[in-house]
Amino acid sequence: MSFSKLTRRGLIKTSAVAGAGLALPTYLRADAHAGYTNAPTGDTVTLGFNVPQTGSYAEEGLDELRAQELAVQHLNGEGDGGMLNTFSSKALKGNGILGKKVTFVTGDTQTKSDAARASAQSMIQKDGAIMINGGSSSGVAVAVQGLCQDSGIIFMAGLTHSNDTTGKDRKRNGFRHFFNAYMSAAALAPVLKNAYGSERRAYHLTADYTWGWTQQESIAAATEAVGWETVNNVLTPLQATDFSAYLAPIQNSGADVLVLNEYGGDMVNSLTQAVQFGLLDKEVNGKKFEIVVPLYSELMAAGAGPNVQGVIGSMNWNWQLQDEGSKAFTKSFGEKYGRPPSNSAHTCYVQTLLYADACERAGTFNPCGVVEALEGFEFDGMGNGPVLYRADDHQCFKDVLVMKGTENPSNEYDTLEIVEVTPRAQVEYDPDHPMFAGGDLGECNPGA
Amino acid sequence: MFGTAKRDTALLIIVAILTLFAPFLLNPFPAGSAMAQFNAGYPDLMQRFVIFGIFAIGFNILFGLTGYLSFGHAAFLGLGSYAVVWMYKLLDYNVIWGLPLAILVSGVFALMIGFISLRRSGIYFSILTLAFAQMMFAISYSDLLGRFFGTTITNGETGLQVYTSDPQILIDSWERVPHLLGLVEMRSTYTLNLGNWSFDFNAGYYFCAVIMILAFYLAIRIFRSPFGMMLRAVKSNQQRMNYTGLNTRPYALAAFVISGMYAGLAGGLMAAMDPLAGAERMQWTASGEVVLMTILGGAGTLIGPVLGAGFIKYFENIFSKINDNVLHSWFAFLPDGIEDFLVVIVHPFVGKGWNLTLGLMFMIVVIFLPGGLVEGGQRIARLFRGKPAKNDAPDGSKTPAE
Amino acid sequence: MDAILLQIINGLDKGSAYALIALGLTLIFGTLGVVNFAHGALFMIGAFCSVTLQKILTISTISIDETQKDFLGRPLEVKTPIIENWFGPDIGGAIINWSVPLAIVFAIPVMLVIGYVMERGLIKHFYKRPHADQILVTFGLAIVLQEVIKYFYGANPIPTPAPDAFRGSFDFGALLGLDTALAYPYWRLVYFAFSAVIIAAVFAFLQFTTFGMVVRAGMADRETVGLLGIDIDRRFTIMFGIAAAVAGLAGVMYAPINSPNYHMGMDFLVLSFVVVVVGGMGSLPGAVLAGFMLGILQSFASMNEIKAILPGIDQIIIYVVAIIILLTRPRGLMGRKGVMEE
Repeated sequence: MSFSKLTRRGLIKTSAVAGAGLALPTYLRADAHAGYTNAPTGDTVTLGFNVPQTGSYAEEGLDELRAQELAVQHLNGEGDGGMLNTFSSKALKGNGILGKKVTFVTGDTQTKSDAARASAQSMIQKDGAIMINGGSSSGVAVAVQGLCQDSGIIFMAGLTHSNDTTGKDRKRNGFRHFFNAYMSAAALAPVLKNAYGSERRAYHLTADYTWGWTQQESIAAATEAVGWETVNNVLTPLQATDFSAYLAPIQNSGADVLVLNEYGGDMVNSLTQAVQFGLLDKEVNGKKFEIVVPLYSELMAAGAGPNVQGVIGSMNWNWQLQDEGSKAFTKSFGEKYGRPPSNSAHTCYVQTLLYADACERAGTFNPCGVVEALEGFEFDGMGNGPVLYRADDHQCFKDVLVMKGTENPSNEYDTLEIVEVTPRAQVEYDPDHPMFAGGDLGECNPGA
Repeated sequence: MFGTAKRDTALLIIVAILTLFAPFLLNPFPAGSAMAQFNAGYPDLMQRFVIFGIFAIGFNILFGLTGYLSFGHAAFLGLGSYAVVWMYKLLDYNVIWGLPLAILVSGVFALMIGFISLRRSGIYFSILTLAFAQMMFAISYSDLLGRFFGTTITNGETGLQVYTSDPQILIDSWERVPHLLGLVEMRSTYTLNLGNWSFDFNAGYYFCAVIMILAFYLAIRIFRSPFGMMLRAVKSNQQRMNYTGLNTRPYALAAFVISGMYAGLAGGLMAAMDPLAGAERMQWTASGEVVLMTILGGAGTLIGPVLGAGFIKYFENIFSKINDNVLHSWFAFLPDGIEDFLVVIVHPFVGKGWNLTLGLMFMIVVIFLPGGLVEGGQRIARLFRGKPAKNDAPDGSKTPAE
Repeated sequence: MDAILLQIINGLDKGSAYALIALGLTLIFGTLGVVNFAHGALFMIGAFCSVTLQKILTISTISIDETQKDFLGRPLEVKTPIIENWFGPDIGGAIINWSVPLAIVFAIPVMLVIGYVMERGLIKHFYKRPHADQILVTFGLAIVLQEVIKYFYGANPIPTPAPDAFRGSFDFGALLGLDTALAYPYWRLVYFAFSAVIIAAVFAFLQFTTFGMVVRAGMADRETVGLLGIDIDRRFTIMFGIAAAVAGLAGVMYAPINSPNYHMGMDFLVLSFVVVVVGGMGSLPGAVLAGFMLGILQSFASMNEIKAILPGIDQIIIYVVAIIILLTRPRGLMGRKGVMEE
């Protein structure tokens, strides 16, 4: 009995100690005097690469990891330097970041918010990561971004395409290099008008979750602005695997375009099955029936195989771009891994360099300094022409690629071809645009 | 002591000591050493250990005692989380509002789902609970309820979180993160550095740990009570019970509701540690996880489910982080050829292959230790004591789990 | 009207897939009494039999084409499938094109062996173990099988097209003399016919052969049949192999509809359990009936007209129906008393 009392008293004491800690900085590391969470003390600095390694997006996560490892090599002065040679900012010297050698830890998001946060937490709490980079879905990006904001860590988003990431869920500590649903739609609409005319009736199949909703809203608004009519929007369940019940009614709907607001396995399956339904062989209203996939990725195109042929979509970046930065990156990635990089790999690579560069220019790892250095930062030489990291919402603005499935692929990587590079000015929007409204960056949080 | 038998008191004390000293026990390797990869003593994972421990303890009250295998307990976990986050959104960041509500809400839902599902037994019961949980998952994931009412209730796949625009009618200017009565923030951590070792003492962890010890104590009392005996009787021969004129369903329902409330509490604590509630907590994989935890640890035993929970969470969080760089650093002392060879051998089992290791461990444990991890512990203990096996162990660890 | 007809066709097609997937499970789960969480993995392996055969058929010789460049600007490596060298591009190409139907022949022995090994090596020891242990061991096995596939084939879906001959769709509208289109893809009609044949074959085998009779007797009362001096264990092993083959064949033919990836089995696992239990434990006709019923109801719930009234009903319809049926019929549609009820 007495023993148990002791335990309880010990416990109360512990809580009291912790309670007193409230007045103190919340995270008492040995390095607390540095004034921010996980300030690097030794001669190394640790970055956290949080990507899906299991589940539907595992392949994409793997490609992101490859790119991030490559970025670390280049930062540390190994390899051919990749985009460091073409990057307009010359602050990085190939000697790590601020003279500290770059090391990294990896984790598995499983494409689940909980698992992603758990993995990010372990990087922050256990490994002392100063920044988290990567991810392959918007739900995860929003969840991890929130965590990083609370913990005083910089979050560089990977593949996240929902308007919300830099819209209603924007955070001061979070940055997104990837483009978003609005920009996809803004880039696609004129191309679609040119290719298919302005008298089109579109039928939307939309994945029933946040990204799908914002994607559908964006593309419907943009295509309606060029004269298209939206016949119907049907929400399809997550991992529907069989889309036949949603595809069958299209033939009698009077629609002559199908817009697939789906991603990953859902996009592969819905597109494959739509082609099996013979939709692309049909003629409706005197026009050839067309399919549009607003968001493409190389891996999905590979998964859908020949079904992507002739189908138009958009991408953030593609290895076929001929600017110096893209060529340098494709070369060093290709030589190391024997395959061209995907657009999510590009984003993760660039984000890592941008973060490092911001630290160099700020002269500190302090998140608030990094935020300041990145806000309103303009750069070039990383693909897609001149890029702006807008201060109002931490969204990157750059040229958007409109892609089309290659008709006669000559090799296994030749799945998509660039139709048009939409200039940045055409995809820009007001930070308070209704599709992005309601967000608040808040204050930068350096943590401890 | 505490109204429990000597044997149980000993177990309770051991559990209490292990939990309270977890920050030391889980960080046996010096920070920065190659083996530090295996340290699990950081706040987030320790919190997960005890929270899933609570979840599994509760699940075991239903499954271990009555044999009713629910495949939808994750629904209550999710409900608990949503309840707590909604309290953050409406009132303030004090966890004291949300946690009782989490228990209450999940209790009410468990009563309804249990009342319907317990009309059937065996696999039919399992599928009924699964169907309810999957329905709730689909509703949360696409926020169907919110769409129906034209508002946001679960915030869909992104998960429910707190925005500055939320009402938060009790909020004080200093509140940023979940806290207990304004006394202590859940994330406040004291780090003790002893030589090369570093130990984290986290307020949230100790908050959860105390609750888990209480939950464990309550489970012992339930296991040893006449009510617990009745539940065991339900499992061993329901028909005979019915013939004696006794209606077993209220007992099973009570067990279902209690375990549902445990799950709600666990879900609430997850949101108390980390202010986010996601729909995937309700998915069948999450329900399946607690089933696996319980069976892996040893269904029907007191400590088994907690061990199972720790085991699975450890693999998920530690093994998934081992990448080739880490492997190279482990084997760096070996000659290059052997180093590369070992890395190639180990590579498929760690990092992105952590699932493979977990799957293999499931099979190995169930093939060689029919009673789960607890039986493994017993065998080791017997080995040390050098005594022959005692087959009539009174703690129920040998009772076949059905 | 046309919308309803279309959803009936769609429901029958969906239902045939559900029934076929559930059929294999109910042989193991409903009759042998093993809670087999690896069933989805067997389905997935079946689909990967298609992928594997396609890969085998496209094993290629590599020649360097100096006129073309690859993505790094090096001369392009052109791959020519060996089979095209042997038979010429026309016949060789046709063989590759027909790899999915050909995979049926390939998959049957593979799946029989996998089923046999699984039963003899693992499941045999778990017949008398609690269901909980069966869940754990088969779930572990499912994860291991998945990860092995992931290790060799990656996580990305792999396109596995149906033969070109089945591209496009058949118009029922014209057949019925309607003026609206009721087109439905040929390959799905093939899948429907294929399911019907397999289901009929399994029923005929159990109903009309001596072997089937003994197995059915063994399912009803294993001990008595054993006492009669019949080696029921051996027959159960064969049944397990057949069940694995049925699951695999369901996967082989599904590959063109659903590009195979390593975790596709898990997506079907819950569904197949629901179908089997709704159909009633221990009943093969029940599983088939439940498959068709759930397929048709899900098709109707996916109609825009229905979704307009009840948003999201298509996501939960299967579970709603499952609950209603299990509450009104205690043992599902056609369940036998005493199977998995304790």
